[in-house]
Amino acid sequence: MSAEITPERIEKVYQRLDREAKEAAYNLNPDKSFTLGLVEGLLVNEGRYGYWACPCRLADGVREKDLDIICPCDYRDPDLDEYGACFCALYVSDDVRDGKQELTPVPERRPPGGPTAQAEEPEHDEELVGFTRSGMPVWRCKVCGYLCARPQPPLKCPICKVDKDRFERFA
Amino acid sequence: MVESRGSIPGAHQKHLVKFYGLSTCIWCRKTRQFLEDESVAFDFVYVDLLESDERESVKDEIRKWNPRVSFPTVVIDDAQCVIGFKADELKQVLGL
Repeated sequence: MSAEITPERIEKVYQRLDREAKEAAYNLNPDKSFTLGLVEGLLVNEGRYGYWACPCRLADGVREKDLDIICPCDYRDPDLDEYGACFCALYVSDDVRDGKQELTPVPERRPPGGPTAQAEEPEHDEELVGFTRSGMPVWRCKVCGYLCARPQPPLKCPICKVDKDRFERFA
Repeated sequence: MVESRGSIPGAHQKHLVKFYGLSTCIWCRKTRQFLEDESVAFDFVYVDLLESDERESVKDEIRKWNPRVSFPTVVIDDAQCVIGFKADELKQVLGL
Protein backbone atom coordinates (compact mmCIF):
# COMPACT_ATOMS: atom_id res chain seq x y z
CA MET A 1 0.00 0.00 0.00
CA SER A 2 1.57 3.26 -1.09
CA ALA A 3 1.35 6.52 0.80
CA GLU A 4 -1.44 8.85 -0.17
CA ILE A 5 -0.49 11.56 -2.65
CA THR A 6 -1.30 14.82 -0.91
CA PRO A 7 -0.34 18.36 -1.97
CA GLU A 8 1.98 18.47 1.07
CA ARG A 9 3.80 15.33 -0.05
CA ILE A 10 4.12 16.62 -3.61
CA GLU A 11 5.52 19.92 -2.33
CA LYS A 12 8.02 18.12 -0.09
CA VAL A 13 9.31 15.97 -2.96
CA TYR A 14 9.44 19.04 -5.17
CA GLN A 15 11.58 20.88 -2.60
CA ARG A 16 13.99 17.95 -2.37
CA LEU A 17 14.26 17.60 -6.15
CA ASP A 18 14.79 21.32 -6.52
CA ARG A 19 17.57 21.30 -3.93
CA GLU A 20 19.26 18.25 -5.45
CA ALA A 21 18.98 19.66 -8.96
CA LYS A 22 20.62 22.95 -7.92
CA GLU A 23 23.38 21.13 -6.04
CA ALA A 24 24.27 19.24 -9.22
CA ALA A 25 23.89 22.32 -11.51
CA TYR A 26 20.60 21.16 -13.06
CA ASN A 27 17.34 23.14 -13.04
CA LEU A 28 13.79 22.06 -12.49
CA ASN A 29 11.24 23.66 -14.79
CA PRO A 30 10.53 27.09 -13.24
CA ASP A 31 6.80 26.79 -14.09
CA LYS A 32 6.01 25.49 -10.64
CA SER A 33 2.43 24.31 -11.21
CA PHE A 34 3.64 22.38 -14.27
CA THR A 35 6.50 20.87 -12.30
CA LEU A 36 4.25 19.93 -9.38
CA GLY A 37 2.06 18.09 -11.88
CA LEU A 38 5.06 16.09 -13.05
CA VAL A 39 6.05 15.31 -9.47
CA GLU A 40 2.50 14.08 -8.88
CA GLY A 41 2.85 11.82 -11.94
CA LEU A 42 6.13 10.46 -10.57
CA LEU A 43 4.46 9.67 -7.24
CA VAL A 44 1.54 7.97 -9.03
CA ASN A 45 4.07 5.80 -10.86
CA GLU A 46 5.94 5.10 -7.63
CA GLY A 47 2.69 3.68 -6.24
CA ARG A 48 1.95 1.79 -9.44
CA TYR A 49 5.34 0.35 -10.30
CA GLY A 50 7.52 0.89 -7.26
CA TYR A 51 9.85 3.28 -9.06
CA TRP A 52 9.80 6.69 -10.68
CA ALA A 53 8.94 5.81 -14.26
CA CYS A 54 8.75 8.95 -16.43
CA PRO A 55 5.17 10.27 -16.19
CA CYS A 56 5.18 11.10 -19.91
CA ARG A 57 6.19 7.64 -21.09
CA LEU A 58 4.39 4.32 -21.05
CA ALA A 59 6.15 2.11 -18.53
CA ASP A 60 6.29 -1.64 -18.91
CA GLY A 61 6.08 -2.24 -15.18
CA VAL A 62 9.20 -4.43 -15.08
CA ARG A 63 12.05 -2.42 -13.60
CA GLU A 64 14.74 -3.99 -15.82
CA LYS A 65 12.79 -2.97 -18.93
CA ASP A 66 12.10 0.51 -17.62
CA LEU A 67 15.55 1.31 -16.17
CA ASP A 68 16.32 3.84 -18.92
CA ILE A 69 13.12 5.83 -18.24
CA ILE A 70 13.39 6.00 -14.46
CA CYS A 71 13.63 9.68 -13.58
CA PRO A 72 16.14 11.17 -14.18
CA CYS A 73 16.15 9.15 -17.38
CA ASP A 74 19.12 8.11 -19.53
CA TYR A 75 17.94 10.64 -22.14
CA ARG A 76 17.78 13.72 -19.93
CA ASP A 77 21.27 15.06 -20.55
CA PRO A 78 21.33 14.60 -24.36
CA ASP A 79 17.85 16.20 -24.55
CA LEU A 80 18.96 19.10 -22.32
CA ASP A 81 21.89 19.63 -24.69
CA GLU A 82 19.83 19.47 -27.85
CA TYR A 83 16.43 20.90 -26.85
CA GLY A 84 17.01 22.69 -23.56
CA ALA A 85 14.64 20.35 -21.77
CA CYS A 86 14.19 16.68 -21.02
CA PHE A 87 11.33 14.77 -22.67
CA CYS A 88 8.74 15.63 -20.00
CA ALA A 89 10.37 19.03 -19.29
CA LEU A 90 10.88 18.39 -15.58
CA TYR A 91 14.49 19.49 -16.15
CA VAL A 92 15.40 22.48 -18.29
CA SER A 93 18.60 24.22 -19.38
CA ASP A 94 19.76 27.56 -17.96
CA ASP A 95 18.56 29.31 -21.14
CA VAL A 96 15.07 27.89 -20.87
CA ARG A 97 14.97 28.66 -17.14
CA ASP A 98 15.99 32.25 -17.83
CA GLY A 99 13.50 32.66 -20.67
CA LYS A 100 16.25 33.08 -23.30
CA GLN A 101 15.12 29.95 -25.12
CA GLU A 102 11.56 28.86 -25.77
CA LEU A 103 10.41 25.51 -24.46
CA THR A 104 9.45 23.39 -27.47
CA PRO A 105 8.15 19.80 -27.60
CA VAL A 106 11.02 17.33 -27.26
CA PRO A 107 10.78 14.39 -29.68
CA GLU A 108 11.09 10.93 -28.19
CA ARG A 109 14.71 9.81 -28.24
CA ARG A 110 14.10 6.44 -26.63
CA PRO A 111 14.26 3.57 -29.13
CA PRO A 112 10.83 1.94 -29.66
CA GLY A 113 10.09 -0.39 -26.76
CA GLY A 114 13.24 0.72 -24.94
CA PRO A 115 16.82 -0.50 -25.22
CA THR A 116 15.97 -4.00 -23.95
CA ALA A 117 13.58 -4.49 -26.93
CA GLN A 118 16.42 -3.87 -29.36
CA ALA A 119 18.75 -6.52 -30.66
CA GLU A 120 21.10 -7.55 -27.90
CA GLU A 121 24.11 -5.31 -28.06
CA PRO A 122 27.35 -7.28 -28.16
CA GLU A 123 29.13 -7.11 -24.85
CA HIS A 124 32.35 -5.18 -24.95
CA ASP A 125 34.01 -7.39 -22.40
CA GLU A 126 36.77 -8.37 -24.76
CA GLU A 127 37.69 -4.74 -25.31
CA LEU A 128 38.04 -4.06 -21.64
CA VAL A 129 41.50 -4.29 -20.24
CA GLY A 130 39.65 -5.53 -17.20
CA PHE A 131 41.14 -3.41 -14.51
CA THR A 132 42.84 -0.11 -14.22
CA ARG A 133 46.38 0.14 -13.01
CA SER A 134 45.14 0.47 -9.47
CA GLY A 135 43.29 -2.81 -9.90
CA MET A 136 39.92 -1.09 -9.57
CA PRO A 137 37.11 -1.33 -12.13
CA VAL A 138 35.64 2.00 -13.28
CA TRP A 139 31.87 2.52 -13.21
CA ARG A 140 29.95 5.02 -15.28
CA CYS A 141 26.56 6.53 -14.42
CA LYS A 142 24.44 6.24 -17.58
CA VAL A 143 22.45 9.30 -16.59
CA CYS A 144 25.07 11.94 -15.86
CA GLY A 145 28.36 10.28 -16.87
CA TYR A 146 29.84 10.33 -13.37
CA LEU A 147 32.83 7.98 -13.17
CA CYS A 148 34.20 6.29 -10.11
CA ALA A 149 36.81 3.61 -9.50
CA ARG A 150 35.74 1.19 -6.79
CA PRO A 151 34.94 -2.52 -6.45
CA GLN A 152 31.20 -1.93 -6.98
CA PRO A 153 29.18 1.05 -8.21
CA PRO A 154 27.84 3.28 -5.40
CA LEU A 155 24.33 2.62 -4.06
CA LYS A 156 23.33 6.02 -5.40
CA CYS A 157 25.04 8.31 -7.86
CA PRO A 158 26.43 11.19 -5.77
CA ILE A 159 25.73 13.60 -8.63
CA CYS A 160 22.29 12.74 -9.96
CA LYS A 161 21.11 10.39 -7.18
CA VAL A 162 20.04 7.51 -9.42
CA ASP A 163 20.28 3.94 -8.09
CA LYS A 164 23.17 1.50 -8.46
CA ASP A 165 21.55 -0.41 -11.34
CA ARG A 166 21.90 2.64 -13.60
CA PHE A 167 25.70 2.22 -13.68
CA GLU A 168 27.64 0.37 -16.35
CA ARG A 169 31.18 -0.97 -16.33
CA PHE A 170 33.37 1.58 -18.07
CA ALA A 171 36.86 0.14 -17.66
CA MET B 1 -10.43 9.03 -10.87
CA VAL B 2 -9.67 9.33 -14.57
CA GLU B 3 -11.54 7.04 -16.93
CA SER B 4 -9.46 4.99 -19.34
CA ARG B 5 -11.69 5.70 -22.34
CA GLY B 6 -14.40 8.12 -23.30
CA SER B 7 -15.83 10.60 -25.75
CA ILE B 8 -15.88 14.35 -25.33
CA PRO B 9 -18.63 16.22 -27.19
CA GLY B 10 -17.79 19.44 -28.98
CA ALA B 11 -19.00 21.91 -31.59
CA HIS B 12 -16.31 20.86 -34.06
CA GLN B 13 -17.40 17.44 -35.30
CA LYS B 14 -16.09 17.62 -38.84
CA HIS B 15 -13.13 15.39 -38.06
CA LEU B 16 -12.78 12.03 -36.37
CA VAL B 17 -10.28 12.81 -33.63
CA LYS B 18 -8.65 10.14 -31.48
CA PHE B 19 -6.53 11.23 -28.55
CA TYR B 20 -4.07 8.73 -27.07
CA GLY B 21 -2.50 9.78 -23.79
CA LEU B 22 -1.19 8.82 -20.38
CA SER B 23 -3.08 9.82 -17.24
CA THR B 24 0.19 10.93 -15.57
CA CYS B 25 1.45 13.06 -18.46
CA ILE B 26 1.27 16.85 -18.29
CA TRP B 27 1.68 17.32 -22.05
CA CYS B 28 -1.25 14.96 -22.56
CA ARG B 29 -3.25 17.05 -20.09
CA LYS B 30 -2.38 20.23 -22.00
CA THR B 31 -3.32 18.66 -25.32
CA ARG B 32 -6.65 17.40 -24.03
CA GLN B 33 -7.34 20.82 -22.47
CA PHE B 34 -6.58 22.48 -25.80
CA LEU B 35 -9.04 20.22 -27.65
CA GLU B 36 -11.70 20.89 -25.02
CA ASP B 37 -11.07 24.65 -25.06
CA GLU B 38 -11.40 24.64 -28.85
CA SER B 39 -14.63 22.62 -28.51
CA VAL B 40 -13.37 19.76 -30.64
CA ALA B 41 -15.32 16.50 -30.36
CA PHE B 42 -12.91 13.63 -29.72
CA ASP B 43 -12.47 10.12 -28.31
CA PHE B 44 -9.78 9.63 -25.69
CA VAL B 45 -7.81 6.65 -24.39
CA TYR B 46 -5.39 6.66 -21.45
CA VAL B 47 -3.12 3.79 -22.36
CA ASP B 48 -1.52 3.48 -18.91
CA LEU B 49 -4.94 2.71 -17.42
CA LEU B 50 -5.75 -0.19 -19.78
CA GLU B 51 -5.38 -3.86 -18.88
CA SER B 52 -2.48 -5.58 -20.60
CA ASP B 53 -4.29 -7.24 -23.56
CA GLU B 54 -6.19 -4.13 -24.48
CA ARG B 55 -3.09 -2.06 -23.89
CA GLU B 56 -1.11 -4.09 -26.43
CA SER B 57 -3.81 -3.77 -29.08
CA VAL B 58 -4.02 0.00 -28.55
CA LYS B 59 -0.21 0.24 -28.73
CA ASP B 60 -0.41 -1.54 -32.11
CA GLU B 61 -3.02 1.03 -33.18
CA ILE B 62 -0.73 3.91 -32.20
CA ARG B 63 2.36 2.28 -33.70
CA LYS B 64 0.87 2.60 -37.21
CA TRP B 65 1.06 6.37 -36.82
CA ASN B 66 3.87 6.80 -34.36
CA PRO B 67 6.44 3.97 -34.31
CA ARG B 68 7.87 5.20 -31.00
CA VAL B 69 4.45 5.01 -29.34
CA SER B 70 4.99 8.28 -27.51
CA PHE B 71 2.33 10.47 -25.91
CA PRO B 72 0.23 12.41 -26.60
CA THR B 73 -0.59 11.10 -30.06
CA VAL B 74 -3.63 12.57 -31.81
CA VAL B 75 -4.91 10.80 -34.92
CA ILE B 76 -7.21 12.77 -37.21
CA ASP B 77 -9.63 11.06 -39.65
CA ASP B 78 -7.43 7.95 -39.65
CA ALA B 79 -5.30 9.95 -42.05
CA GLN B 80 -3.02 12.31 -40.10
CA CYS B 81 -1.26 12.29 -36.80
CA VAL B 82 0.10 14.96 -34.47
CA ILE B 83 2.70 13.79 -31.94
CA GLY B 84 3.31 15.83 -28.81
CA PHE B 85 1.52 18.98 -27.64
CA LYS B 86 1.53 21.12 -30.79
CA ALA B 87 -1.37 23.56 -30.68
CA ASP B 88 -0.52 25.29 -33.97
CA GLU B 89 -0.29 22.03 -35.85
CA LEU B 90 -3.58 20.81 -34.37
CA LYS B 91 -5.26 24.09 -35.32
CA GLN B 92 -4.07 23.73 -38.87
CA VAL B 93 -5.03 20.08 -39.28
CA LEU B 94 -8.42 20.58 -37.62
CA GLY B 95 -9.12 23.84 -39.45
CA LEU B 96 -9.64 25.84 -36.23
